Amino acid sequence: MTVKPSWRSAALTLFTYLVALALVAPIAWMVMTGFKTEAQAFQLPPLLAWRPTLENFGYALGVAQFGRFFLNSVIIGLGSTVLACLLGVPAAYSLAFYPTRHTRDVLFWILSTKMLPVVAVIVPLYVLFSRLHLLDTRLGMILLYTMMNLPLVVWMMRSFFAEVPREIIEATQVDGASLAAGFVRVTLPLAVPGLAATTLLSLILAWNEFFIAVSMTYTNAATLAVFISSFKTSEGLFWAKMSAASALAIAPVVLAGWAAQRQLVRGLTMGAIKG
Amino acid sequence: MANQRIGEMPPRARGGLPPSVAAPPARKAARASGSRHRTPALVLLLPALIYLAVMTQVPFLLTLYYSFHFWNLMQPTLGMRFVGLANYAQIVLHDPIFRSVILNTVVITLSLLMLTVVLGLGLALLLHREFPGRGVVRTLLISPFLIMPTVSAVMWKNMLLNPVYGLFDYVLRGAGLPGPDWLATHPLLSVVAIVTWEWTPFMMLVLLAGLQSVSLELIDSARVDGAGPLGVFRFVTLPHLGLYVQIAMLLGTIYLVQVFGEIFVATSGGPGIATTNLPYYVYLTAFQYWTIGVASAIGVVTVILTTFAAMGFFRILNQAVATV
Amino acid sequence: MQGRRQALALTAVVMIVAAGLVTGTGQAAPSVTLTIATVNNPDMVVMQSLTKDFEAKNPTIKVNYVVLPENDLRQKVTTDVATGAGGFDIVTVGTYEVPFWAKNKWLVSLEPFFSGMSSAESAAYDRGDLLKPVMKALTVGGQAYTLPFYAESSMTYYRKDLFARAGLTMPLHPTWDQVAGFAKKIHNPSQKVYGILLRGLPGWGEQLAVLDTIVNTFGGRWFDMSWQPQLTSPAFTNAVTFYAGLLRSAGEPGATSSGFTELETLMSQGNAAMWVDATVAAGYLADPKTSKIAGNIGFAYAPTEVTPKGSHWLWAWSLGLEGSSRHKAEAFKFLTWATSPDYIKLVARSRGWVAVPPGTRYSTYNTPGYKRVAAFAAVVEDSINTADPTNATLENVPYTGVQYVGIPEFAGMGTTVSQFIAAAIAGTDTVPSALQKAQQSVEQTMKQAGYLK
Repeated sequence: MTVKPSWRSAALTLFTYLVALALVAPIAWMVMTGFKTEAQAFQLPPLLAWRPTLENFGYALGVAQFGRFFLNSVIIGLGSTVLACLLGVPAAYSLAFYPTRHTRDVLFWILSTKMLPVVAVIVPLYVLFSRLHLLDTRLGMILLYTMMNLPLVVWMMRSFFAEVPREIIEATQVDGASLAAGFVRVTLPLAVPGLAATTLLSLILAWNEFFIAVSMTYTNAATLAVFISSFKTSEGLFWAKMSAASALAIAPVVLAGWAAQRQLVRGLTMGAIKG
Repeated sequence: MANQRIGEMPPRARGGLPPSVAAPPARKAARASGSRHRTPALVLLLPALIYLAVMTQVPFLLTLYYSFHFWNLMQPTLGMRFVGLANYAQIVLHDPIFRSVILNTVVITLSLLMLTVVLGLGLALLLHREFPGRGVVRTLLISPFLIMPTVSAVMWKNMLLNPVYGLFDYVLRGAGLPGPDWLATHPLLSVVAIVTWEWTPFMMLVLLAGLQSVSLELIDSARVDGAGPLGVFRFVTLPHLGLYVQIAMLLGTIYLVQVFGEIFVATSGGPGIATTNLPYYVYLTAFQYWTIGVASAIGVVTVILTTFAAMGFFRILNQAVATV
Repeated sequence: MQGRRQALALTAVVMIVAAGLVTGTGQAAPSVTLTIATVNNPDMVVMQSLTKDFEAKNPTIKVNYVVLPENDLRQKVTTDVATGAGGFDIVTVGTYEVPFWAKNKWLVSLEPFFSGMSSAESAAYDRGDLLKPVMKALTVGGQAYTLPFYAESSMTYYRKDLFARAGLTMPLHPTWDQVAGFAKKIHNPSQKVYGILLRGLPGWGEQLAVLDTIVNTFGGRWFDMSWQPQLTSPAFTNAVTFYAGLLRSAGEPGATSSGFTELETLMSQGNAAMWVDATVAAGYLADPKTSKIAGNIGFAYAPTEVTPKGSHWLWAWSLGLEGSSRHKAEAFKFLTWATSPDYIKLVARSRGWVAVPPGTRYSTYNTPGYKRVAAFAAVVEDSINTADPTNATLENVPYTGVQYVGIPEFAGMGTTVSQFIAAAIAGTDTVPSALQKAQQSVEQTMKQAGYLK
């Protein structure tokens, strides 16, 4: 490993802590605000000691029906991520290990499907989905989010696959093992850090997407994005309630992030595999 | 070479030339049994391609169709009339705002790309070492990306940028400096700041994955050859990262061009049209003016512009990377 | 081991998703489910939490809410009706939308349903009790299309204590010149007490709501009788110059980010001497639970200048039946429940009189209980009664509306114009230049829409 004088290492670590704290401070502040009353929410400097109240959380969970939206976000987020991986990982594998002269164009085309701003296509989508009776359905939302995340999955997984040492690939092929077995048993575990990063990103992007969610759902498939938007009002005070709602909404994703980032650590062991 | 990665040239051969995104020629030549694998290769690829084609091209064609028609949602009695290229002529030739909107989009996207990649790389490097509490720190650093864009914008607008209640001006006033009205006098800067805060973790994740996949073998052999930490970084890590930076920037461009929620909440595209970018302009046209035909035309123009930008980007990046 | 755990996790995920897809919406449904689209204003939130009262009275009906901010709601509901998707039964629309929605047949006339009411129901509902000016704005061709949920005008709020300390008195009917004078005298930014609060947030319903009343009362108008935009006319220019100047010399910082919500916060936290804005804020400012200045708040009419016409606005959020709804009869029941005298009494019982939806019924303003807690009631009621959208400008105009122009194009034009004016307020552009740009933009839109040749 590297040899550094320990004071330099400690300084770097301290710096890292500070940066992390600075980056996260607004979020922490927002979460704290969720426990304040609307009047207290605007105090500056922010009240660091106050009697916390659960009324905002109570409102979010009760009248505002957090649970219903949460369930939808989970189903739609997980569903679209799984579908995007099922479609995208094999595609990435194909593009990485069986390149042709069209590979570059295919990759570019895949990316180009994301170039049309959602705002421009929302009315056509709305009309289509309305005719197909997919409006306000979880299936419809899963289909849309899969479409949104598939390019990301393909691009990222292709790069991660491209990093797998070729000797390993050739070893599985020489062994006479079937393609699928070789893939699942050898290649896939090596690409796990990449897969972790990719699925985490897909999940986050689906979880936080708001324009499609607001436009294409009413009550049955409405996700947390709609839930949080409903707290923003032009005539009443909402900051403390919105903070509480947001805190509830990000908690699951933070947990997912915590779980996934440990997978990223395993990338270190990948290099230890001798070619 | 024993440790050659697929798609990577030997690091010492050409001063660490990173792979381009295109199919690497070295591997094609080495594969003898190409045709045997073509069918399964296609089978793996086709589902994704078909799915994307159906889900994206059908709506896109419909958007294209609308772009050739006049359709005002608020005036259904006027119906939908075919008008050919009139919508396009209107925005390209007669609309003084459109050019500014394109300029805003370019400025916002480029600043965001540069800032998020550089800062993301910095954060990734900080995280690339072993230190206590690394997992916690990593989760903390990802967290800005976990917040919904509209919530981030509301948070920045009310808690940080507000001239009366916001933290920034509070600190500035405490230091005796005047506290500007950020969203009014520095709208672009404010929007870029918000989105940078949100998206740097994304870049960090991509680049960190890249950093962590550098083969220890390569590092060791470079060390054996006498390279110090900086040399290792320059000749092993950086070239390897090149691919990831490319991906980060390419994906980043696609996502960042479409920044919408933050502008929607924080500035509503203003003051004036200072922060109106293409997606926000589409929103204005579609849902304030209700002219769907024109909005579709702007959308199509956005696709065309983004395609050219991405292609140009591709080429510039490959060239820049080749001269390193 | 690893593989098995992963396989298990994957199976669990697939099962959750599949279950989610299959269960979808099918709970054991009561016979009719109504979907209502509404904004997230406090009065609507109260309505949402009291809906169980309606459902108890109508056990076969269940109500599902779609609650969104104003802009998102308009986008969603308009797309829904315009594309014939028919997802809503009841929609919340403002006085601005009602005329064109009725014309487009997106709303249905309520007259047949009123005729279908029994005499007991009609008596209980007491249609004549609804404020006439408000109902007039919701009536097209003599037929009522929506029923008002709450209505508002605009007025002046001021701090009695700050005025007393400065030796000033606020007249009941102030002029803008007087108000400007007061504001500059009390303005004390270093103590975070601002002379006056005025909306600068871009948006036809935000900044322009207040600014348009000032334009009106300064003698200006948006269009002349041949639809020629008047944004660069002397009266209009004076009004905007006055507005931007007042904000910059005695107004709140961050004006261009300040809409109703932000200003309500500032005022209730004690950061301003005056605020000219919607009458709905009165209850909030007078309630010690939500306002630090509850004991010191004074109420006056909205200021005038050259003419009293159009000096305070008229707005109502109302509930209507979507044309494509398949449950119109049940939806009408909800409409009448939410706008009935009984509902108002229900809110009074559960939240107190201060929280009842204002501006819809004469009986509210005649109730001693309300008058006791609402010192502002007289000014509010009178303001609503005297705000006439058909007679709001000094010179004749081809449109109706006090704080907006009652044409569908106004939403887009107004928002764009308010953005240009915001630049002037922020100081990044001059008023004449901003108005010039605004004028050009409006002309272009009006030509494309066919009003101008």
